Amino acid sequence: MSADIQTEVIKEASMLKQKEMIARNYDELTSTAESGRKMVSTFVPGNLNELINCFGMLNNLPEINAINNGMRKKSGAMIMDAERAGHSEDVCTYVKADIGMMSKGNIAPNGKPMPAPDMLLLSYTGCFTFMKWFELLRHEYGCETVMLQVPYTGDGVITDNMRQFVVKQLKEEVIPAMERVSGVKFDIDRLRENLARSAKAEDDLVWVLESAKNVRSPIDAYFGGVYYIGPIFTAFRGTEDAVEYYRLLRGEVEKRIEQGLGPITPEGDMDEERYRLVVEGPPNWTSFREFWKMFYDEGAVVVASTYTKVGGVYDLGFRHDPERPLESLAEYCLGCYTNRNLPSRVELLEKYVNEYQADGLLINSIKSCNSFSAGQLLMMQEIEKRTGKPGAFIETDLVDPRYFSAANVKNRLESYFQMINQKRQSTKVA
Amino acid sequence: MKCYIGIDLGSTTTKAVVMDAGGEVLGRGITNSRSNYDTASRVAKLEAFISTRFTLFHRALEKVSGLQEAQVDRLLENLERHFRLELFLEQLNDLHQTCAVNADDLRYPGQKDRICAVLDVVFQKLAEKLQKLFGPGVRRKSDFFRDLAGSEYMAVAEEASKTMGVFFETLINIYDKSIIDVENRPPNADMAGKFLRALDRVLREEDLTVDPETIKQAIKDVLDVELEESYVVGTGYGRVRLPFSKDHIRSEILCHGLGAHLMYPNTRTVLDIGGQDTKGIQVDSKGIVVNFQMNDRCAAGCGRYLGYIADEMNLGLHELGPMAMKATKAVRINSTCTVFAGAELRDRLALGEKRENIMAGLHRSIILRAMSIISRSGGVTNEFTFTGGVAKNEAAVTELKKLVRENYGDVKINIDPDSIYTGALGGAEFARRAVEQEA
Repeated sequence: MSADIQTEVIKEASMLKQKEMIARNYDELTSTAESGRKMVSTFVPGNLNELINCFGMLNNLPEINAINNGMRKKSGAMIMDAERAGHSEDVCTYVKADIGMMSKGNIAPNGKPMPAPDMLLLSYTGCFTFMKWFELLRHEYGCETVMLQVPYTGDGVITDNMRQFVVKQLKEEVIPAMERVSGVKFDIDRLRENLARSAKAEDDLVWVLESAKNVRSPIDAYFGGVYYIGPIFTAFRGTEDAVEYYRLLRGEVEKRIEQGLGPITPEGDMDEERYRLVVEGPPNWTSFREFWKMFYDEGAVVVASTYTKVGGVYDLGFRHDPERPLESLAEYCLGCYTNRNLPSRVELLEKYVNEYQADGLLINSIKSCNSFSAGQLLMMQEIEKRTGKPGAFIETDLVDPRYFSAANVKNRLESYFQMINQKRQSTKVA
Repeated sequence: MKCYIGIDLGSTTTKAVVMDAGGEVLGRGITNSRSNYDTASRVAKLEAFISTRFTLFHRALEKVSGLQEAQVDRLLENLERHFRLELFLEQLNDLHQTCAVNADDLRYPGQKDRICAVLDVVFQKLAEKLQKLFGPGVRRKSDFFRDLAGSEYMAVAEEASKTMGVFFETLINIYDKSIIDVENRPPNADMAGKFLRALDRVLREEDLTVDPETIKQAIKDVLDVELEESYVVGTGYGRVRLPFSKDHIRSEILCHGLGAHLMYPNTRTVLDIGGQDTKGIQVDSKGIVVNFQMNDRCAAGCGRYLGYIADEMNLGLHELGPMAMKATKAVRINSTCTVFAGAELRDRLALGEKRENIMAGLHRSIILRAMSIISRSGGVTNEFTFTGGVAKNEAAVTELKKLVRENYGDVKINIDPDSIYTGALGGAEFARRAVEQEA
C-alpha cells in the first residue's frame, strides 16, 4: 500500500511527498527509544489513527510492513523462516512475513530495528486471522492488548445498536487503555481537529478515485490506487501531511485530465486505453511490477477496485465527522469493505462496473486468505449475470513469491482481454 | 493458393493446422515440443504442409479416370511411405555429416579420422536397418526422427566401438551434440523433388491400369501449386516464443473454444486436459468464449501427472488407460498432487492393491479435479467436447462420461480422434478470419 516507490521512473510532487512521509514515519517508529514516544501496532481496516494520534502515539501497521517486505523481495525468506518455526504453508502470508521479520530482528526499511509495541490494538475483527495474529504478538511482547469487537454487518446495514456497541467500547476500554499506555489524557477537541483533517483528505481522495469515471481514465485505480490510498489508510489520516498529499494528488490528476493523459505507469504515461476493468482482491506484492505490466502492456486500466476500500469505504458518502467523533470512528470500523457481507460487496461491484463503464470484473483471489476468497467465485458469477459483462478469475498471493506464477496469470489475463475483444466484435457484427 | 495456419505450442507437443480460404482443413502436423518452440513450430508447420499436399494429391487423383478409390488410397499410402523414407534418409545423412564435423573437436585430439571411420560404418548400418521401418505394412513406434534414429544409433555404435577401438562415450557425446542441430534443421528443401523421387519408386512397384505419366502429371500439377502462408496464428503455452507479432498470437483458451465449436457447432462446454493445464471453457453459439477456468500453477491432474505415474510404475504412458480399463474397482486416491499421489500409489501397492484398480482410481481423481474446474467455469449446459492429449485415454474418457452423467444428466459428449488439433484448428480459423473477413 504505502511501500516505497523508489524506482518509480516518473516522480510527481505527490509521489515525492509520500515517499518523504513514509521515510519520516519509519524514522519516528525506529527512534522511540530516543524520543520516548509510545507505539501502537494495529491493522489497516477500520484503523483508529486519529485516536492514536490524540495520545501522541505512533501507529505501526504489521500488514504494511509485510507489503513493504513483499515489494522489496524480502518476504519470501521471512515466510520460509516462519514455516521453519512451525507455521503451516496454508497460514496467511502476512502473518508469516511478520513473524519471519521478527525472527530477523524486526528491521524496518530504513535498516533500523523496530521497537517492541507498547500496545496492540485490534480495531477490526472481521478477519479472524487478525485476532490470532495479535495473540501471537501478545505472546511475544506481553504488552497491553485491546480488542475492539466490531460486529460484522451480516445484514448489510450498520444499526444503531452496532454503532453504540463500538462507541461504548471506545469509551470504556480503548480510550482508557490508551491513556494508561501513553500517560496522556484524552482530549476530544484534539480528536475533532484530526477528524476534520481526515474528512478534507477523504474528499480529495474520493475525487481522485472517481476521476476514473472519465473514459480515458487519468488514473489506474488499482495499481496506481494502492499508492493513492497509502496515506489515508495508514499512519497519516488526520494529519496535515495527508491533507497536503491529497491536495497535490488531486491537482496532478486534474492536470492529467486537462491534458488528456492516461494513467502513469512505471514506464511512463499509458498509451491507449483498450480495456476498463473493475478488480476485486489485493494485488500480488512480490511481483507487483510484473503483474502491473501485464495490464498496461495490453492497454488495460483498472477503473475501480475494492481493494482501495479495505481500510474504509468513502465513495458511498462516509466521512469522518468532527461533530460526531466517536460515532464516526465506529462507523468507519463497521463500514470498511472487509466488514461488508457478500450481497453488499456484490452491490458495490455492480455499481462500479456500471458507473465506471467497465468491460468486466476481474477477481484476484488470494491463496492464503481463506476468509475473503470464500464466495468470490459466486460474486463473479452474480456480477456477470447482473451486468452481462464477462468476469475472470486469477489466483496469486499477497507476499509469498512461490504462489505467483507469471506464465499462468498472464495466460489467463490475455485470454480475458481477448475474450472481451471478441465479445465486442461479435456484438458489433450483430 | 492461400493457406491459413494455426500453430498450437503445447508443453508436450506442437500442432499445426493448415486451412484454405473457405475454412476447410487441408493438413495437420504434430511434433514434440522438445523445449525448443522455434523448431517445434517449424517442424509442425512443415508436417502440416506435407499433409496438405497429400490432401491435394488425393483430390487430384480422384479426378483421374480409371483410378479407383482403393487404388488412390494405396498409391498415396505408398507414396507417403517412400516420401517419409526420403526425408528420413536425408536427415540421417545430415546427422552423419554433422557427427563427422563434431568429431573434429578438441576433446578428441588426433582421433578424427578414426572416429569418422567408425561413424561411416555406423551410419551405413543404420541406414540399412532403419530403411526397413519404411517397408510396406510396418508400423513405426514414432514419427519423430530422434526416436527412430536414437535408440538404434546407441545399439549400433556400442557394437562398433568395441570392435573398432573408439570409446562408446565419445560416440554418444558426438551424437548428443549433433542430434539437436539436425532436429533444428527440418529437411524442407526441395520438397517437390522428394515427392517425385518417391513417386517414381511407387510407380515402379505398382501395376496400374492407368498410364503412370497421367498420375505423375496430376501429382506434378499439385506440386506446382504454391502454398502461400497467408496468415499464421500462434497459440498455446509457448506462443510468446513464436517469431511473430502480437496480432498473430491468440490465447489458447479462445482457440480451443473456437476449434471445438468448428468441430461440433452445438458445443457449449469444452474441457481440455493438456500436458500441464486443464481448462474448462464455456462458449456461445458462435464459438465465442464467455467464461473459462483453468488450474493454477500446479499442474496436478494434467497430462504430466499421468506421465509421472507411468514413470513411477515403469510403464509407457499409453499403457495406463488400458490397464485402468481392466480394473474391478477404483481405489480411492485422495491426492491430485502429483508427488503425493505418487506416495499414495506406493502405499496402496504396499497394501496389496492391484495395479489395475489403483490406475482406475488415479484416472478418476484426475477427472474429479477436471469436473471441479468445469463447474467453476459454469457447469455443463449443452453439448460437451473433450479435447487434449488426455482425451485419447480411454479410462479418463470413461470416468468423464460417468461423472458428467452423474452431475449434469444426459449430455452429448464429443471426443474427436483429432481432438489434439483443436487449439491449432481454432488458431487457423482466427488466421482465416483476420484476412477473409477484413477483405
